[in-house]
Amino acid sequence: MADDKVRSNVIRGFTAGIPHNVALGIECTELGESRSTFVLRYDPKLVGNPDTGTIHGGAITALLDGASGAAVFAAITEWRPIATIDLRIDYLRAAVPPRDVNAKAHCYKVTRNVAFVRAVAFHDDEHDPIATSAATFMLGIKTGQKDPPDPPDPPDPPDPPDPIDKS
Amino acid sequence: MTLLERLAEAKRTNNLGAMIQAIPYANLLGLEATIVESGELVTTMKFSQHLIGNAQLPAIHGGSIGALLESAAVFELLWRAETIVLPKTITLTVDYLRSAGPRDVHATSVISRRGRRIANVRIEAWQTDRAQPITTAHAIFLVMRD
Repeated sequence: MADDKVRSNVIRGFTAGIPHNVALGIECTELGESRSTFVLRYDPKLVGNPDTGTIHGGAITALLDGASGAAVFAAITEWRPIATIDLRIDYLRAAVPPRDVNAKAHCYKVTRNVAFVRAVAFHDDEHDPIATSAATFMLGIKTGQKDPPDPPDPPDPPDPPDPIDKS
Repeated sequence: MTLLERLAEAKRTNNLGAMIQAIPYANLLGLEATIVESGELVTTMKFSQHLIGNAQLPAIHGGSIGALLESAAVFELLWRAETIVLPKTITLTVDYLRSAGPRDVHATSVISRRGRRIANVRIEAWQTDRAQPITTAHAIFLVMRD
């Protein structure tokens, strides 16, 4: 299906297209219906406390920020540049080394100018979170350039109900 | 050497660099901390391509700036504290004011209050002009021993 192809391109864009995500080992694994799923692969270079091997909180911040932005693109129907207005993160417990950290983000409201997103970081169970976040994004910001480069491929609009996803 | 032993050493020698070098993630981000003439602690994230979050603008990833802000606050707490406990972040709230261009980012912190259990810290980050901050933030830490 063409939609699936667009979606897989967008998923790749959120991983390979963002240098900081590549550097940290952050991957987008799923996108659709105003939601995104990301994973942060455990790596010794992400350690914040060398005594315990615990991942630095900053890596979790990058994971949640990226997942939240992607959820906005999964929620809007046409390509518009976005900018984070604010991001609040609650750190509930330390990530356990050497486990990967997953993130799920949900863009639960889009207005003309602003999108609102909640996200959660966890190992296996999203009801046992490592961190939760709330973020707002400005929609349709100026790029600040006279001749902006071509925007990347537009993300797919919110999916029509898909019986496969419901299973 | 543990991180806290490194910190004690850093305080003796008035050089935070040795402690920061022991933190892998701080190295990945390219963090450096200096005590400037006014006595302020300035944490700098040296620019490199892998900090980019938006290749079109280009702009530094909001997540790496969040990590800089959190680190700057932790360094401030460790540097100013009499008794040494590793602060644990409870919340971090970041206001993104301007996009961060492909240049170094600097951050300073002010400890609003350091209580027995909780410390409140305000952090500000800028690039070329300190009067034009790119982000302001506040963070709350647990600062008691386990």
